[in-house]
Amino acid sequence: MLSRRIIPCLDVRDGRVVKGVRFRDHVDMGDIVELALRYRDEGADELVFYDITASPEGRSVDRGWVERVARLIDIPFCVAGGIRTVEDARTILHAGADKISVNTPALDRPALIDELADAFGVQCVVVGIDSLRDEDGEWRVRQYTGDPARTRALARRTLDWIAEAQDRGAGEIVLNCMGSDGVRAGYDLEQLAAARALCAVPLVASGGAGEAAHFVDVFAKADVDGALAASVFHSGEVRIPALKQQLREAGIEVRRD
Amino acid sequence: MDVVLIDAGGANIGSVRYAFERLGATVRFSADASEIASADRVVLPGVGAAAAGMARLRELGLVDCVRALRQPLLGVCLGMQLLFESSEEGAVETLGLLPGRVRKLTPSPALRVPHMGWNSLETLRDDALLAGIDSGASAYFVHSYAAPVTDDTLAACTHGAGFAAVVRRGNRMGAQFHPERSAAVGARLLENFLKVPA
Repeated sequence: MLSRRIIPCLDVRDGRVVKGVRFRDHVDMGDIVELALRYRDEGADELVFYDITASPEGRSVDRGWVERVARLIDIPFCVAGGIRTVEDARTILHAGADKISVNTPALDRPALIDELADAFGVQCVVVGIDSLRDEDGEWRVRQYTGDPARTRALARRTLDWIAEAQDRGAGEIVLNCMGSDGVRAGYDLEQLAAARALCAVPLVASGGAGEAAHFVDVFAKADVDGALAASVFHSGEVRIPALKQQLREAGIEVRRD
Repeated sequence: MDVVLIDAGGANIGSVRYAFERLGATVRFSADASEIASADRVVLPGVGAAAAGMARLRELGLVDCVRALRQPLLGVCLGMQLLFESSEEGAVETLGLLPGRVRKLTPSPALRVPHMGWNSLETLRDDALLAGIDSGASAYFVHSYAAPVTDDTLAACTHGAGFAAVVRRGNRMGAQFHPERSAAVGARLLENFLKVPA
């Protein structure tokens, strides 16, 4: 049976792993390769690296660290940040990444998703979505979230964008619920369940994990395929082996090491 | 041990190389028929679509070369699917080294496609390629198409229906999952492949 995935997310800025609260005030968390290896040893099922400043700064991901990670890591990893063209994606995939994730550039030019899926197959193409609930109760997407000064609200409804991204060839959706991100009060189950209802490809929850019980909830109640988290893993508050044990006890299928 | 990875434009070619290098093998990329033909081990990696993969092999003039290989050959993911006769993906005729037609996995509300993530292997046949890999071990899959379970299937996997996860017919071998990204289980499969007597 297919296991639910536990995915530590490493936000990368200037070649270091950082973490902010609600996408702000970034704190240095350590070296990319060191952290990647630590999570692999602890039983992470997959890793995601977000070069959070690539898109706002108008550049693509630095190929060097992707290659360093790929040489050492024997679990899958996805790279995001400033991938604007098929060539950008090819560089990252050839450096050894298993998947690439697009966010801001896909909002600017949705056809990018089609082009990536045509070039590499849908299984390589992850669409990351940053989403926040507006005062009228609708969830809408945000853009350039790596830089608070440039973060932009769009008119596009999150659920519409999920449907469109999927139609265009997204092989996986990562839904970052910005309202709960960094607050550690649990995943946004309502939003994730709404996304799940129209998402036929794998859906990964992001934003809000504070304790092991939140992972149990998001798998049990929102039926997501993977749960992504950063600070609870970086701080050591949630340890992956203990987390997996707790998930197993709750009847949730997780990978046997 | 001289391992040649066929450079047919597959996006995962870098990570497959690193996985063999972690095992101490010397790895080269090649799209040259005579170089491929003289290697100790040949690997056909692949991420992408079947039609594009076959088109690329044809463009490089490698179809007959791969069909004629007698040394151990390992297809990975799409590379394994190409070993079969045909694929529903792009309705394309593939290498035909193993009988069977690759078909699309059928999505349902409880069944997401692509099949993406860690799933368990069910051993159907004991084989040196699976030495040290227990039935029930987890491997990392990412695919939307799959090959049928046939007499050549060493291990199966289930996502809705069962499909071939590891295959072997003589020196033609394949893994639908990504051994380069399947932690210790994947490393063991690659190590076993290197040890298979030529």
